[in-house]
Amino acid sequence: MTSNEFMFSVFPYVTIIIALVVTPIRYFVKRFSYSSLSSQFLENKQLFWGSVPWHYGIILILGGHLLGLIIPQSVLAWNGVPWRLYVLEGTGLSLAFLTIFGLIMLMVRRAVQPRIRAVTSVMDVVILLALFVQVFAGIWTAIFYRWGSSWYAAAAAPYLWSIFSFNPNISLVENLPLMVKIHIIDAFFLVSLLPFSRLVHFLSLPLQYIWRSPQVVVWNQSVGAVTNSQIKG
Amino acid sequence: MNIRAQVSMMFHLDKCIGCHTCSVACKNIWTDRQGTEYMWWNNVETKPGTGYPTKWEDQDKYKGGWKKDEEKEKIELRSTNKVKGIANLFHQPHLPTIDDYYEPWTYKYSDLFDAPAGDDQPTAKPISLITGDDIDIKAGPNWDDDLGGSPIYASNDPNLGAISEKDRETLFEIDRLVFFYLPRICNHCANPSCVASCPSGAIYKRGEDGIVLVNQNVCRGWRFCVTACPYKKVYYNWKSGKSEKCILCYPRLETGQPPACFHSCVGRIRYLGMLLYDADRIEEIASCDESELVEKQRELILDPFDPKVIAQAEKDGIHASVIESAQKSPVYKFVKEWKLALPLHPEFRTLPMLFYVPPLLPVLGRVENGTYESNSDTFFTSLEQARVPVEYLAKMFSAGNQEIIKDTYRKLISVRLSKRLEEVGDLDEVKVEEAIATAGLTKETCDAIFRLTSLPTLEDRFVIPPSHREYAISMLEDTQQHKGEVGVGFSEKPERGL
Repeated sequence: MTSNEFMFSVFPYVTIIIALVVTPIRYFVKRFSYSSLSSQFLENKQLFWGSVPWHYGIILILGGHLLGLIIPQSVLAWNGVPWRLYVLEGTGLSLAFLTIFGLIMLMVRRAVQPRIRAVTSVMDVVILLALFVQVFAGIWTAIFYRWGSSWYAAAAAPYLWSIFSFNPNISLVENLPLMVKIHIIDAFFLVSLLPFSRLVHFLSLPLQYIWRSPQVVVWNQSVGAVTNSQIKG
Repeated sequence: MNIRAQVSMMFHLDKCIGCHTCSVACKNIWTDRQGTEYMWWNNVETKPGTGYPTKWEDQDKYKGGWKKDEEKEKIELRSTNKVKGIANLFHQPHLPTIDDYYEPWTYKYSDLFDAPAGDDQPTAKPISLITGDDIDIKAGPNWDDDLGGSPIYASNDPNLGAISEKDRETLFEIDRLVFFYLPRICNHCANPSCVASCPSGAIYKRGEDGIVLVNQNVCRGWRFCVTACPYKKVYYNWKSGKSEKCILCYPRLETGQPPACFHSCVGRIRYLGMLLYDADRIEEIASCDESELVEKQRELILDPFDPKVIAQAEKDGIHASVIESAQKSPVYKFVKEWKLALPLHPEFRTLPMLFYVPPLLPVLGRVENGTYESNSDTFFTSLEQARVPVEYLAKMFSAGNQEIIKDTYRKLISVRLSKRLEEVGDLDEVKVEEAIATAGLTKETCDAIFRLTSLPTLEDRFVIPPSHREYAISMLEDTQQHKGEVGVGFSEKPERGL
């Protein structure tokens, strides 16, 4: 087995299986550990410049990747007209810069604030570095291997689909430049880190808040389940 | 009508001696873990003062509680709403930080033993309980105890805005100096803003007794509750990444014991008992005019002797023994029957279920022209000679409605006059009877108030409703089987996630 075969047809499955198996186990066995682990209470000001650009940037970037995966043909069709391609690439790159700016701010904050260092685990450092490599490789790709949005739709999206259909086609990715390969491998690495790090907090996005009623009342026993005649009798 | 039962509390401020025994009892049981050192689920503040966290009453700064949208005639959270709740997940604009409370510290006692021999005594340096680094202590949870540092602390009390410049000056005149203590725990509100703000839906009110709890397994540390609670009684555990709050010692309540802070209270200022209220009217009452909030909240509380209320309560699943407990509730007497106990800052519109009997003004006379004046005319300070301005108390306990404070004081004063007449007999009987009548009381009520205030037994103060956990358990398994299984609980440690 060549290293390409391992990295692009075995490693992805290993990471996905780890994530799919361990995440529910953690949810059912150690649910208490699911938390955003926010440190805003200890440091408020620097966090704003890190957390807000990072989260909004990465959510939109990941949304873009998801869109390219689901509707690659439409992305290619959109890119058929030059100005539309420039708009898409320009937006993507700006968001990527926003993301990496936020990420660097978060790394600096973790390094220089003594209170934040007190709540930093080894895993926090690992995911910060892995995320930095990921965003950096993405920006590098966007700048030097144009046009990323088009070939993502033409090569990376079919490769990902070949993974999901249990028929990995590594010919689509084995000849890509090193930085792009790093981007792909690190992405799967991050998937495997999901259940072992604070990244699980993205699974708790509290969308149910939008439709739930303001007050929550929980009964130990259901109302009316026990009647007074039962108690007296 | 949808009747719910609420374990309610009453603190008699005249009896509080500010000893902090309640705070220590609570801390030793619940908040001695890492991440909770700074939390005081029960704390005692000196008023006037800025309290804990500093200036917590200033909602321009903290954005806690509900505010009324006058156009829509509806209340909404001051800090968040459905859209902001999602948009501000990553950084909350109004979250207090640990510096608004205080950075917890200890002393490096090992230095006392390990210091090399020298000419000076070794000292134990203060170190931060967060970072372990040396710390220059700037503030603590009761830094302004007994008016310590008044020019900085007491004069910044947000409630002082309600009184005139002149009154503010006299308040701090050394001969007339006055302060009182305000012990605070979670109010277990009927309309809790912490519950309404929680994106995860982790905070809930228990149906059976109205205790507000944070489900630690559902909390994801979004921290909206910390901002939304106007009393700042939900705390963020920076270590575990979860919010925590006063649980009214429910494990003790369920076994028939009063909460630790109640049980340990040296001044015996605390009372606990069931109240029945109409849950269908919560929104309507929380949205009423500011000046009416106290009266309306009294209306929310139902008469447990009314046959209609009893019938409906049984229909709504409230146990007969709980209704009986509500009939004996000392809180019901102070809040509803005698109208002596008032909610703290009703203008936050959370309908707090902890009530306070405001402190009657100091009994002692004052120094005038170099002599200490105290004759029986002024011995019981009259309303007109109030040393704590009525405006100030109205700002705290009646959303600015001074009539409510005056009504309360007329009653408190006439109880004292009535007992003075009885025990010492140096007052004019006609005048005393007049005072009692003006206050809307009778001699018998005065006696009842006196007895429950001054001579209550433990059972008078704490009328703990039966929790009937056996019925909750019997829904899941045979109670006899459960009996053999108790002690085998959850095995998951509350550890911080990776």
